[in-house]
Amino acid sequence: MTTVVGVNSKMPVNTIQDNAVAAEDKTQRDDGGYKMIAENVSVYYDGIQAVKNVTMKFKERSVTALIGPSGCGKTTFLRCLNRMHDMTKNARVDGRILLDGENLYAKDKDPIYHRRKVGMVFQKPNPFPTMSIYDNVAAGLRLNGVRDRKVLDEIVEGSLKMAYLWDEVKDNLKKAAIELSGGQQQRLCIARALAIQPEVLLMDEPASALDPIATQKIEETITELAKEFTVIIVTHNMQQAVRVSDYTAFMYLGDLIEFDETKKIFTQPKNELTAKYVQGQFG
Amino acid sequence: MMTSSQKRAEYRALFKQNVPGRLIVDKIMLGVILACVVTALVPLFSILVEVFKNGLPALSAEFLTQTPGAIGSGDGGIGPAIQGTLIIIGMASLIGVPIGVMGGIFLSEFGNNKLGRLVRFFNDVFMEFPSIVIGIFAFLIIVLVLGHFSIWAGAFALSLIMFPIVTRTTEESLKMVPLTYREAGLALGLKQWVVTFRIVLSAAKSGMLTGILLSVARIGGETAPLIMTILGSSQFFAGFNSPMDALPLRIWRLSLLPYDSAQMQGWGAAVVLIIIILAINIGVRYFFARKGKRGGLFSMMRSGIRR
Repeated sequence: MTTVVGVNSKMPVNTIQDNAVAAEDKTQRDDGGYKMIAENVSVYYDGIQAVKNVTMKFKERSVTALIGPSGCGKTTFLRCLNRMHDMTKNARVDGRILLDGENLYAKDKDPIYHRRKVGMVFQKPNPFPTMSIYDNVAAGLRLNGVRDRKVLDEIVEGSLKMAYLWDEVKDNLKKAAIELSGGQQQRLCIARALAIQPEVLLMDEPASALDPIATQKIEETITELAKEFTVIIVTHNMQQAVRVSDYTAFMYLGDLIEFDETKKIFTQPKNELTAKYVQGQFG
Repeated sequence: MMTSSQKRAEYRALFKQNVPGRLIVDKIMLGVILACVVTALVPLFSILVEVFKNGLPALSAEFLTQTPGAIGSGDGGIGPAIQGTLIIIGMASLIGVPIGVMGGIFLSEFGNNKLGRLVRFFNDVFMEFPSIVIGIFAFLIIVLVLGHFSIWAGAFALSLIMFPIVTRTTEESLKMVPLTYREAGLALGLKQWVVTFRIVLSAAKSGMLTGILLSVARIGGETAPLIMTILGSSQFFAGFNSPMDALPLRIWRLSLLPYDSAQMQGWGAAVVLIIIILAINIGVRYFFARKGKRGGLFSMMRSGIRR
């Protein structure tokens, strides 16, 4: 499964020979081992195209890294995957995104149904400012109707442990979340995203505000999560991509340049641009 | 062609000119700012001093609880006016705050379109309406229709003054809440209204509270609309359909009387009004600040009672 595209070429992006994409009929599940499929996704801000006709498939229980220089559309593309662009008035998304074979952008489907399956961690830590640590992690559950105290306790503890924050906060769960350090806040946000038991986890440079030790912990978490979930991570750190991801996509100026196994992208990239980028010659 | 280090040296030379002079300007500016603050505070304190100096001697248990005595006798008190002010502030808030908060939520969360801009514009115009006009409006549509002055009419008029203020301050406070909190909420699969009410609103609480308290203070001192609606009375509460007294009305009437004793009672009523507004302010802030925080009232007052 390799997609190779010249930057300015107008040729069809999708060269994947795979029956999965052919499923127009929504009732027919077309998993084929793919949790999420993005088909011909384009994003326009005020009519200016930021993501150009990107087609990608995300395997179940895998980590995919999106790399590329700033402004290449990685984050914009990531935000399509749980319809975060619905918030942005001047953004328009074309194409289809299938989660378990169902189109996220189907008109009759409210994004809420998918967002419960697709967790997201943002670039900057954004814990809810008036809530305690515990309430932050429990927010997604409580506000979605989970009331059982025992279940909440269990999930909060489990999520905080998975985000490697439990040991630092277990005696202080009532403390205000904004009193935590930046790195702790980010791990809290990861715990909050994990608490809703997502099947897919989107991470937008989750470690950019963290120190090396916290970064390492988060990377361990990601590797651990990949045993159960589908993780898609945007990163500027190429070592990180190598360390955590199974697949890597290189984007440039809104185009998906190359998408392949991480090993191949970093050792024998097919595209010259990819080669230059992963060797640090531009970016 | 100069080298870049030469150029940088030149740039540095540009900045460094006249540092002592700039330090002096800095000091002067600070002085000007302080002078402005003092100038603004002088009238505030002189009003407070004047009101308390003249009004405190009038205060007594009788003054606070009795109905007014015969005109000019200096007997009796302002009991009905205190009761009326509390009732009418409470009722106006019950009507005005929910409408104002909802309006603010609409403008902030859903108001980025033609309708929103239209509503915002008229809300701003409404906020600047002379209160006497609002009084006349309430007089026309409630007092004349029902055929008598009433507390309903007064509460209606005051809530009309209140809600544009609450709408505007709520909108501004909600806009201050960063988009990322809304995104975080939506990413958890929460419905829009849950995000708005449980996350955005609680983050904006402090600013909204300030707006609501400002509007309470504003209506607490309104006189003109009350003349047209609750009229004034020297009796205690006798039903929502009857006329009622209120402190600003009482102050206004007493101050027009040519007797020293009446004027002193007027000062006294003014002191009571100021204390009531202050007490509502501190009380509400204390109530909201206390949740989840320790410390007594005074330590909170020192830190500005904020959350």
